[in-house]
Amino acid sequence: MNSTLTFRHGIHPEEYKELSEHCRVERMPFVEEYILPLAQHLGAPSKPLVQKGNKVKRGQKIAAANGFVSVALHSPVDGTVTGISLAENPNGQMVQSIIIKADPFSTQQLTPSIPKSYEEMNVKEFIASVQDAGIVGLGGAAFPAHVKFSIPEGKTCRYIMLNGCECEPFLTSDHRTMVEYPDDVMDGIRILQHFLKAEKIFIGIEANKPDAINILHEKAKNSGLPVEVIPLKVKYPQGAEKMMINAIIAKEVPSGKLPLDIEALVTNISSIAAISQWFRKGQPLIERIVTVTGTAVKRPANILVPFGTPMRDVVELCGGITSEAARILLGGPMMGMVQKSLDIPVVKGTSGILILTSDEVKDLSQYTCIRCGRCLEACPMYLNPSLLGMLAKKGLWEEMETNHILDCFECGCCSYVCPSGIPLVQSFRVGKSIIREHNAREKEKEKV
Amino acid sequence: MSEEKKLTVSTSPFLHDKATTPWIMYQVVFSLIPIIGAAYYFFGLGAMAVLFFSVAGCFFIEQLFSKSFFSGDKIKDGSALITGLLLGLTLPPGFPLWMAFLGGIVAIGMGKLIWGGLGMNVFNPALVGRAFLQAAFPTAITTWSPPDGRYFSFRGTNIGYPFFQADNVDGITTATPLSKMKFDHVFANWQDLFFGNTGGSLGETCGILFLLAGIYLIARKIIHWRIPVAIILTVVIFSGIFWLIDPAKYPSPVFMLFSGGLMLGTIFMATDLVTSPITPKGAWIYAIGIGIFIVLIRLWGGLPEGVMYAILLMNAATPLLNILVKVKPFGYKK
Repeated sequence: MNSTLTFRHGIHPEEYKELSEHCRVERMPFVEEYILPLAQHLGAPSKPLVQKGNKVKRGQKIAAANGFVSVALHSPVDGTVTGISLAENPNGQMVQSIIIKADPFSTQQLTPSIPKSYEEMNVKEFIASVQDAGIVGLGGAAFPAHVKFSIPEGKTCRYIMLNGCECEPFLTSDHRTMVEYPDDVMDGIRILQHFLKAEKIFIGIEANKPDAINILHEKAKNSGLPVEVIPLKVKYPQGAEKMMINAIIAKEVPSGKLPLDIEALVTNISSIAAISQWFRKGQPLIERIVTVTGTAVKRPANILVPFGTPMRDVVELCGGITSEAARILLGGPMMGMVQKSLDIPVVKGTSGILILTSDEVKDLSQYTCIRCGRCLEACPMYLNPSLLGMLAKKGLWEEMETNHILDCFECGCCSYVCPSGIPLVQSFRVGKSIIREHNAREKEKEKV
Repeated sequence: MSEEKKLTVSTSPFLHDKATTPWIMYQVVFSLIPIIGAAYYFFGLGAMAVLFFSVAGCFFIEQLFSKSFFSGDKIKDGSALITGLLLGLTLPPGFPLWMAFLGGIVAIGMGKLIWGGLGMNVFNPALVGRAFLQAAFPTAITTWSPPDGRYFSFRGTNIGYPFFQADNVDGITTATPLSKMKFDHVFANWQDLFFGNTGGSLGETCGILFLLAGIYLIARKIIHWRIPVAIILTVVIFSGIFWLIDPAKYPSPVFMLFSGGLMLGTIFMATDLVTSPITPKGAWIYAIGIGIFIVLIRLWGGLPEGVMYAILLMNAATPLLNILVKVKPFGYKK
């Protein structure tokens, strides 16, 4: 096995995977109340199909996709809708959410409505079916899966790349999916391949997950599909779409283009398992594996959590958090979002709940830039963060744009390595949003 | 967990590499320790006093421009310590101490503070200090004493009241290998250069320690191998051509590498993070430029040594190289 494949630049943060990588997936017990935001995916929020007082079944569709870049939402439990109101979402916004009170006397068996066999479907029906199952990318961004699978006219998909890198430190949910649900993964690949007919299917896994590599390698050998497991070098951000493509087929996705422009399609490995669960068991996306970890968690674990479960209950199942807790994050430590409380629900994009101590998140003293060039050596997009940081400080947004700031995908490598503790990526986020807003306004003006 | 516990809200990333600016600076200081030890071994107490006073000058001026003179807050990042040590290492062992102190003040004051402090300067501060001393006190800075290990006594020239130069009561001075080469066409043997048994500045006699320090700094990723390797290669190739043409007139590349301040300048000054270009290609151009200037000045210039001017000249080109030489971002055609 060749595990030296990788992209250039990047960083090697400590992994901390040992906390939870061998913890078998446990099922989250059902709780009293579920909060289901209508915007758990990128794109337009779903349209509710239920009203206050309605009885719902586990797996029943309670909100429909509202447009193409949107997916359906299903009830994770048997229960009663107690209201549709604003509730806080993990991204900090208040969004319309369906509140469901679980039926305490229900067995909570899935009520499947199995879709017709995929072999009898055409591509259009398949896409619609995936949208109807509410499946999104489970890597964290929650981009609707069916949109990715719709190959526009004139484009071809030669390579399907399944992303099992999970390069963020601490997180192990994709790892457990590959180890415990390899058949679902292979079956999902078979279904996807039936429609996309790719020349080659790669499963990219970082070399620090040898068990997952071995299991999927065995399964791939006997599958009769053109699948190859590719062990990749352990490096952050190896799981970024463009970096993984670069590592496997040594091509660069042109700036501003999509992977399909170089005939590749990248999707998260857990989303593929979800496809199998939908077409075989009729289970829409109503739950996911969440890694609850961090040195401030008493008992790190991987838990299968129904969406809408409050974080607090999930963390309590893991013994609660210790008194040293200093930061609560959703997602990994490199790109995750900080939370001010645990009173928010687990949603489709919640890959992990990470609780760090103040030792781990030291406040750095800030020095001026000494032009050491470490950020240049770290940036996987070969940008010049040092220069961009100085431009951001002066508010020179236009110059930032000419220096390709819009190619930055905010992996945070530059801030990680900066010895002077300059909040580089943080200032780039601000810069990018200002530039985007400005450009959008210019477009509006042109229209008028 | 107590409900009232305060959590901080900030944005990712939440992990950070162990290397901070002071950590980097102190790694450089550590790598200088063996070299300072060698300076003591060859030149004794006078050498240590020169180092002490040049560091003291740097600390004094750095603190003078901080919020509170006695707090020591500005010298904590370690950059003034490096400047002081590097400046001291470019001076002869019998250098008057008050001049070393003044050199430190000019190095930090004119070399760094007037540009806006750490990270903003264009020229290497230690070399600015040395360039000043060379202009102001040309005799003192070229009065060399032979390595004699005066472990417990100063040299006569060390001790002079400010604005006076003490008499050279010892009466012994020596020439450096480079001036012997330049003016007498006598080449020192490589063992002496390599292990340090020659006259010269504190930090230019013992080649092997610089090689080791360089390897240490590269291995710990404090400096990149590009600049030292490019300078050394340029000097070897460029001076090698002339040596092959006329070995009697021109020195061998090995002599070029290990005489004078080339090693000190290559490993510690040309690689100065602040004053060298940030892009890889820029660093190559910068380093090759330094190598060419060193050979030009040494072989044809009026002075025996050219490392200082070579680095200062290319320092001046760095801001331009930073603007002109860019990296090609991912996803763009060349």
